[in-house]
Amino acid sequence: MSDLSFVRTDMLPEKAPPASEIGVVGWLRHNLFSGWINSILTVISLIAIYGVLSVLIPYVFLSVWDAESLNECREIMIANWGSTHGHACWAVINERWLQLLFGFYPPEFYWRPIVALVLLFGALAPILFSDRVPSKLLILTAIYPFIMPWLMWGGSIWGMVSIALGFVVGFMVMKFATQALGELFAMIAGVVGAIIWWLFLAGLFVGTMDAVLPIALETVQSRKFGGFMLAILLGVVAIGCSLPIGVVLALGRQSHLPIIKWLCICFIEFIRGVPLITLLFVASLLLNIFLPPGTNFDIILRVMIMVTLFASAYMAEVIRGGLAALPRGQYEGADSLGLDYWQAQRLIIMPQALKISIPGIVSTFIGVFKDTTLVSIIGLFDVIGLTHAIRADTAWNGIYWELFAFIALLFFIVCFSMSRYSMYLERKLRTGH
Amino acid sequence: MLLYDARYRSATIQVVAMLFFMLAAAWLLNNAIVNLNTLGKPISFKFLSNPAGYDINQRLLDYSSRDINLRAALIGLLNTLVVAFLGCITATIIGVIVGVLRLSSNWLVARIMTVYVEMFRNVPVLLWIILAWAILSEALPKIKSFRGADATSSMKLFDTVAITNRGIYIPEPLFSRSLGNIHLLGDSGLRFDISIDLIAILVVLALSIFGMRKVTARATALQESTGVRPKTWYIQLGILFVPMIALLVALGFHLGVPELKGFNFKGGTHLRNSLIALWLALSLYTAAFIAEIVRGGILAISKGQSEAAAALGLKPSRTMRLVILPQALRVIIPPMISNYLNLTKNSSLAIAVGYFDLTGTLGGVTLNQTGRELECVLLLMLVYLLISLCISAVMNWYNKRVELVER
Repeated sequence: MSDLSFVRTDMLPEKAPPASEIGVVGWLRHNLFSGWINSILTVISLIAIYGVLSVLIPYVFLSVWDAESLNECREIMIANWGSTHGHACWAVINERWLQLLFGFYPPEFYWRPIVALVLLFGALAPILFSDRVPSKLLILTAIYPFIMPWLMWGGSIWGMVSIALGFVVGFMVMKFATQALGELFAMIAGVVGAIIWWLFLAGLFVGTMDAVLPIALETVQSRKFGGFMLAILLGVVAIGCSLPIGVVLALGRQSHLPIIKWLCICFIEFIRGVPLITLLFVASLLLNIFLPPGTNFDIILRVMIMVTLFASAYMAEVIRGGLAALPRGQYEGADSLGLDYWQAQRLIIMPQALKISIPGIVSTFIGVFKDTTLVSIIGLFDVIGLTHAIRADTAWNGIYWELFAFIALLFFIVCFSMSRYSMYLERKLRTGH
Repeated sequence: MLLYDARYRSATIQVVAMLFFMLAAAWLLNNAIVNLNTLGKPISFKFLSNPAGYDINQRLLDYSSRDINLRAALIGLLNTLVVAFLGCITATIIGVIVGVLRLSSNWLVARIMTVYVEMFRNVPVLLWIILAWAILSEALPKIKSFRGADATSSMKLFDTVAITNRGIYIPEPLFSRSLGNIHLLGDSGLRFDISIDLIAILVVLALSIFGMRKVTARATALQESTGVRPKTWYIQLGILFVPMIALLVALGFHLGVPELKGFNFKGGTHLRNSLIALWLALSLYTAAFIAEIVRGGILAISKGQSEAAAALGLKPSRTMRLVILPQALRVIIPPMISNYLNLTKNSSLAIAVGYFDLTGTLGGVTLNQTGRELECVLLLMLVYLLISLCISAVMNWYNKRVELVER
C-alpha cells in the first residue's frame, strides 16, 4: 500500500492571506467600507470631522496668548490674520486662570487648597484602590475631615482637634460603658459624653492649648471662596457627609418599621422630586427663617447643607441598590450566626453592599459635582459666576467662548477620569465569566 | 422594659422616632413663625391675586403685565411643560439614534458617537445651556441683515423660516373659517382658551386611527380564516388622510408666514433664543445619557435571542421589531423615566438664560417683587413634585404594560 503516489506526504506551505483582507486595506474594508450603507456613513462622518476640525484647529492654535484686553487681542488678530473671526483670544485665560481656579482666595494662601487636594487623594487612595495602597493610609482618611476645613478656612488648629477629640471621647465612653450598661445605653452615654465635651470642655481645652502652643493659620472668609475650587469643595463635602446619611436613609427605607420606612421614603422622594435649584433657593432665602431668631451663618455653609441633603437622597437610592443586590443568603447567614441587626449590618451586609455600590457612588459624585455650577444662579462666584464677573471688566467685555471652553475642559477632565475609574471598578467587581 | 421585649420593641422605637420627628418639625415651624412675625409678613397667599406687573415674552396663553401673579405662575408652568415635552421627544430621538450608532460596525461612526456622548455627559448642563444661548445670540445673523436690497441673510425653506439672533420665526397654522375658542374659567387668573379647531382635528385623528385599527383587525381575521392577507395599506392611508384633508379645507387652513416689516418680523410664531437654547441644550445633554441606556439595553439581550430568531427564519428587521426591541424596552424604560424626570427638573435652569418658566416667574420675578420667599418656594417645590409624580406615574403604568409577566 505504500506505493500510493497520489497521497501527499508533506504539508503545503501556508498561502499568504489575500491583500485585501489584511493590513490597512483589510481593516478599512472591514471597519469602514463593509457595505454601501457603511461607506456612505463613513463619507458623511469624514466630511463632518473635516468641517469641525477646519474650524476648531485654526481657532485653537492660531490664537493670541498675550494681550491686556479683548480689544488688544483683536488688534493682534487683524495684524496677523486679517480678521478677528475664527481665532481664540486665550489671553483672558492666561491672565485669569488662577482666579477661575481659586476665586478670590488670597493668592499667598493658594498652597492651602492645593495641599488639601493632595491630601484628599491620599485619603481616598486606600478606599478607591484598596488592593494597591497600604491600608495604613486609612489613618489619613480618618483625620482628613478635620484637616481639610482647617486648611481651607484657617484659624486655630485646636478648634478642629477639640471637635475630633469629641468623637474620641464619645467612642471611649461607649466602649467602657458597654460592659456596665448594655449596648444601647452605652451608645446613648457616648453621644451624651461627646456633647458634654463639645459644649462645656472644648472651649476650655482650646483656650488652654492656644495659650500653651498656638498653632494657627490665617482665617479666610467663606465669601472669598470661589472658582473651580468651590465646585470641588462642595462636591467633596456633599458626598463625604451624604454617605453616612445615605446609609441611614437606605436602611430606613428597607426597614420593617412602617413609620420609619415612610419617613425615609417621604424624605428621599421629596428631595428627588424637586430640582436642586429650589433647594438652593431654600439655602439662600429660607434656611435662616427656619432657625432660631438671630442665627446667621454664611451662605457657603448653607449651600453645603442643602447640597448634602440633596446628595444624600440620591446616595440612599444607590446604597439601596447595593443592599438589594446582595444575595439573601448573606442576610440569612448573618442571622444563623446569631448576630443582631446592627452587628449583621456592620460586619456582613454594609461592607459588601458599599463595595458593590462604589460605581454608583462615583456617578452620583459626578452628578453632584456638575450640579455645583448651579450655585452661580444664587450669586456665588463659582466658575460660571466668575465668567460674569470677568465679562463685567471693561477689558474683557464681550468674551464668551474662551472662558466656556476652559471651564468645559476643567469639568471634562475631572468627570471623565472619574467615570473611567468607575468603569475600571465595574470590570474589577464583575466576578462572572 | 419596653425596649427589650420583642412584643413592644418595634412600637417603642417607632414612637420615639415619631416623637423626635414631630419635635424637630415643631421646632422648625415655631422658628419660622416667630421669624416671619418679626419680619412682619405672616404666611399668606394673597400675593397670588395681586397684579404681577411684569411681562412674559414667550407664552402660550394671553397674558399682560396687568394680570395677577397666579396667572404669571400658570404661564410659567405651561412654559416649563412645553420645554420639558419638546426636550423629552428630541432627546429620545437623538438618544436612540446615537445609542444604536454607537454599536455600529462602522469604526468611525461608533467613535464619533462615543466622543459625542462623553463630551456631553461630562460637562455641566448649565454650561451647555449658557453656551447654546451665547451661540444663538452671537453667531446667528442680525435682523438688520435681512433688510434692504443688499441683504446678506435670507429666509430658509422657501422663505418661510427666519433664523435670526433674536430667535427663530416659523409659520403658524391659521384657519380662515375658524370655529372659535372655548373660554374656560371666565375671567379668572386661570382662564384658559381651547381652540375648537384643534379639538376637531384631534377628534378626526382619533376616529381615523380607530378606523385603521378596525381595518387591520379585519385583515387579520381574514388571514386567519383563509390564509391570505389582503393588501390594506392604501385603504389605511386613505382613512388617515382623506378626512383630515377634508376637515382642513373646510376650516380654511393656511400658514401664516413671518414677514419682515419695519425693524422686525411680523406674523408666524416667534421661538425666542432662550427657549431654543434651553431646548437644544437639554435635549443634547439628556440624549447622551439616553444613548448609553439604549446601548446598554440592546447589549443586555443575549446573542442567543437573535440567533434563535434567525433560526426561525425571521428577517433582520422583524428580528429587531419582534424579538430584540420588546425585550430591550424592559431594560431601557426604567432608567429612561428617571432621565425624563431629570430633564424636567433641569428645565428649571431656564432662569440662567431668561426663559420664563415656573422658576423664572414664581421663583424669580414674583418672589423678588413680593418678597414672599417661603410661600413662593413652597409652591414651586410642590408643583415640581407634582410634575415628577405625574411623569413617574405615567411611565410606571407604561412600564407595567411592557413588563415581563411572570407567574
